[in-house]
Amino acid sequence: MSLDAPQGHVGFTLNGDAVTVPASRTARLSEVLRKSAGARDVKVGCNAGDCGACTVLIDGAPVCACMVAAGQAQGAVIETQAGLVGRDPHADRLAQSFQRHQAAQCGICTPGMMVAAVALLRSDTPLTEATVKDALGGVLCRCTGYRKIIAAVLDASRSAPLGEGGVGAPIARLDGWPKVSGTERFGDDVAPDGALVVRAIRSPFHRAAFRFGDLDAYRADHGLDLILTAADVPGRNRFGVIPGFEDQPMLAEHETRFRGEPVAAVVGRAGIVAALPEFPVTWQELPSVITPRDAVDADLLHDDRSDNVMCRGYVARGDAASAMARAPHVVSGDFSTGFIEHGYIEPEAASARRVGDRLEIHCCTQAPFMNRDGIAGLMGLPADQVRIVPTAVGGGFGSKLDLTAQPFVALAAWLTGKPVRMTFTRTESLQASTKRHPSEVHMQVGADEDGRIQAVRFDGVFNTGAYASWGPTVANRVPIHASGPYRTPNYSAHSTAVHTNTAAAGAFRGFGVPQSAVALEQLYDMLADKLGIDRLEFRLRNCLLNGEPTVTGQVFDRGMAIDACLGALKPAWDAALADCAAFNAAHDGVKRGVGVASGWYGCGNTSMSNPSTIRAGITAGGALMLHQGAVDIGQGSNTVITQIFAQALGVPVSAVTLIGADTDLTPDAGKTSASRQTFITGNAAKRCGETLRAQILRLGNVGGDAVISLDGGLTLIDGATSVRVPLAGDGYAIEAVASYDPPTTPLDENGQGVPYAVFGTAAQMCVAEVDLALGTTRLIRIVAAHDVGKAINPLLVEGQVEGGVAQGIGLALMEEFLPGRTENLHDYLIPTIGDVPPIDTLIVESGDMHGPYGAKGLGEHCLIPTAPAVLNAIAHATGARIHHLPATPDKVRRAIRALI
Amino acid sequence: MTLHRPDRLADALALLAGDAVALGGGTDLYPGLRDAAPPPHMVDLTRIAGLRGIRRDGTGWRIGGATTWTQVLKADLPPLFDGLRGAAREVGSVQIQNAGTVAGNLCNASPAADGMPALLALDATVELASDAGTRRVALADFVHGPRLTALARGEILTAIHIPDAAGRGAFLKLGARRYLVISIAMVAAVVATQAGRIVRARVAVGACSPVARRLAGLETALAGATADEVSAIVSACAFTELSPIDDVRASADYRSEAVKALVVRAVSATMEAK
Repeated sequence: MSLDAPQGHVGFTLNGDAVTVPASRTARLSEVLRKSAGARDVKVGCNAGDCGACTVLIDGAPVCACMVAAGQAQGAVIETQAGLVGRDPHADRLAQSFQRHQAAQCGICTPGMMVAAVALLRSDTPLTEATVKDALGGVLCRCTGYRKIIAAVLDASRSAPLGEGGVGAPIARLDGWPKVSGTERFGDDVAPDGALVVRAIRSPFHRAAFRFGDLDAYRADHGLDLILTAADVPGRNRFGVIPGFEDQPMLAEHETRFRGEPVAAVVGRAGIVAALPEFPVTWQELPSVITPRDAVDADLLHDDRSDNVMCRGYVARGDAASAMARAPHVVSGDFSTGFIEHGYIEPEAASARRVGDRLEIHCCTQAPFMNRDGIAGLMGLPADQVRIVPTAVGGGFGSKLDLTAQPFVALAAWLTGKPVRMTFTRTESLQASTKRHPSEVHMQVGADEDGRIQAVRFDGVFNTGAYASWGPTVANRVPIHASGPYRTPNYSAHSTAVHTNTAAAGAFRGFGVPQSAVALEQLYDMLADKLGIDRLEFRLRNCLLNGEPTVTGQVFDRGMAIDACLGALKPAWDAALADCAAFNAAHDGVKRGVGVASGWYGCGNTSMSNPSTIRAGITAGGALMLHQGAVDIGQGSNTVITQIFAQALGVPVSAVTLIGADTDLTPDAGKTSASRQTFITGNAAKRCGETLRAQILRLGNVGGDAVISLDGGLTLIDGATSVRVPLAGDGYAIEAVASYDPPTTPLDENGQGVPYAVFGTAAQMCVAEVDLALGTTRLIRIVAAHDVGKAINPLLVEGQVEGGVAQGIGLALMEEFLPGRTENLHDYLIPTIGDVPPIDTLIVESGDMHGPYGAKGLGEHCLIPTAPAVLNAIAHATGARIHHLPATPDKVRRAIRALI
Repeated sequence: MTLHRPDRLADALALLAGDAVALGGGTDLYPGLRDAAPPPHMVDLTRIAGLRGIRRDGTGWRIGGATTWTQVLKADLPPLFDGLRGAAREVGSVQIQNAGTVAGNLCNASPAADGMPALLALDATVELASDAGTRRVALADFVHGPRLTALARGEILTAIHIPDAAGRGAFLKLGARRYLVISIAMVAAVVATQAGRIVRARVAVGACSPVARRLAGLETALAGATADEVSAIVSACAFTELSPIDDVRASADYRSEAVKALVVRAVSATMEAK
């Protein structure tokens, strides 16, 4: 064992350098690489080999560093993403290719993907889609839908970068290079060395009373710095995201309301916290309910919410009951979906330090200002004493809007005066983060003899979990959207959000709309079949057109383009129907089917103000700074907002330096949710750019067409004249701030009004192949047509679509969170690289009335049609219709059997 | 916090006589910790001479216990091993195949262990070493139940022995997604044929009973069958060895039904002309 390092150390070659680092030899290599060897490009997503984010090369072979004992790496050659890029020609070209294809969105899986891909590129394996999938199958990605990653690996031999450009140009992500070179810093990557660690003590039962033992003795005996309980919360021990619904305690007070709810937290040095014996708490399990059905008669979770109903939503137009009674063709059905986990590969993480009388919190968040205000409330501090500095966000689809680790580090740092960190384990993340609402929907659709929709009735019950979170938003949004983007003259939609003893259901890409689309779009297929009308034609016949009222009575003069989306699918639809017929004629055991579905989604808050503000300035040295507070969670706001701003100002994107997001440095650009950033912050950026341009042109006294040149100073070129504008001052020599708030109106008692200024629409079709004997579904192809108004960056549009489709596939085929049963990423399944088929994105640009350069939001829209399109394809292939998701092999097989 | 990395079996056995825990590829041990601290004393078995690699051994084959699934995949093996190779390809992911060992898969004794059905169908025996010497146990007798094996305290699974036989293997894994998936059910078959008829079929099923099982009744019934007759024979067979359960992955009823389809396909795959 001559290679052995000194006692308590491990030595290896890391990215070309011989290093010896202090480490326990039984520790996970991932932890040693991150904490002792500084290789923070090695990401930890699950600590169980389920996600592959920690993939490194050991002696050339990719392995998950979380399952390697540090001592096993003694003497080994270890390579990580950050070391490969810059040292290995394969990795260099791959990084370029990842940038060129925008194969990194949030970037948290990128190290694992790239390291696994380098091993493939170094081998003499021929590069095909199949070999790329086999090589990368061990790394999960929740953002991209994998297609751009596959494309990037297949294209890794070229090295040409993407060009520059303003609005409409497919430029590379402005924040992309750190992600593909291993220097990006996420929630757990920025905590100061030596920070104290917080670990929450969580309820093992869905509902329990609890009693603490001698906490002071436990703290003293084990050398902890602090133990936190509800009594330590200095402000109001309640947080939430909707005014009037702040109902969640940071630490439970008398009893817990869901499995995983924290009752206390220990704070101490990392080594001490890691080795603590059992915490002195005794639990008394109490009767609990986990479904809305059982909750109605159960003990109240919140005293002021009778029947455990948190809130209801309602929209009515015309007379649905009598129109339904008159309709010659009516279909109806019950449909349900389960809890869906966000499954971002970066678990929740935060660190905090006290700076004088202020708290500074670094965290992965989608909503820095809301986080700031929530922390201020818990801490009993004015909001300006709290600073939130968002790190890179390793995936966020709604759940990182809510407070998770932030309150713990804030309170511990405040009380100890020391820096404090907290990172959720995957199990904690699954137990305690918000989920997509499980839904139970009864729906009825009636049409006339010509297949024109006469009436729709919708009744949806949503399991909102133990606390409100974004549940009220889901309850309000669903009745507005449950008609789909279809002309529905008579409509009645009720929604009810019910508390149960489960993790809070909150915001998740689509806010309840995907669940209602599962019901509506399947019923549309049933109705079309009943009437003998082609299913795409049936939808085209019922498209909501410009000039026609939505179910809330809103009329669009421009920008309602579902007809164009469905129309764009027509060639692929006709071809797919013919292909499926030919395939099915030649095959017995497997059958193919094609499905179609639409979706729509209103961008921004529902009938509520949600402004964004953008600030920009030019320094005396001619540097152009954009204070961009719209958190980029991988969707691309850093790039899109800059493209819009640069276009409005009239400068190349490369002239802009980004600042933020940071609640001290950037104005409030609102939360990254509800598909609002491109539309709302984009408008603020456009106004800001225009305002700044007007100021500059005035200063130079030049015409409106003058060209702005920032070349260490500010020069304006107006035809043959060139004007140098003097810049002076310590701050900004020239500065502009602009805001935008979309025009909406409140809804009346029947839900009538203008809930959103902008709706985006989408239609997707899916070709699926079902193994009749096994009930397994293999997706062959997805075609997705999306009206984005105007594609600010078409490559980012494709990335959003592909990622949304992948999540829709998961919703349709495999995902269901069961509290206490699927609390890891091998029992809770999300799609792998082998589960997402080729996706063709057809971009429709209807030009929106309100959006910047006509652009609309897109994030949620991508996911909404996917699951019903998949289910409709399964039904077309087999005749079996899946009402209760996910359509796992056993359910599909059961439905096929039931036909016989 | 010690990790011993002995080169010699005798040293490993001596180290394991205390409270130390055996470590192979770590792909079950570390996830099994569920974020808790690792055991303070571990013995890494992957560097012991003779525990790694596959070689001819008398009239059969010897797979060293610490052989990784990637090594199984890359080994030059006859068609008899096609099922084992297929299983190797379906173990988790490339990362897990590079680290995880054959012995680890068996000793972990999961009802859904990917390696079990293929090795059962190959009539594998395991070689167990201790201070007292080595013994051989049929694989079917080695795993007793979920997380239960015949491994005595301090004993090491040093090798898997596979007798030579005629025939071709096949393996099918059924899961709810493509990669990184725990089986709903899996089937391994090794079939020897002569003139288009089955001379001997060996069929094992995993994830449908506490321990993967051979289907003795079916194997007898399949003797003499042509490829066209396989489906009817499988349909008529009761599969009494299996006792599938309902879990998060599938229902028991579904497993019972799906496994028949898988058996037909696996046996048929071995009989297809190559």
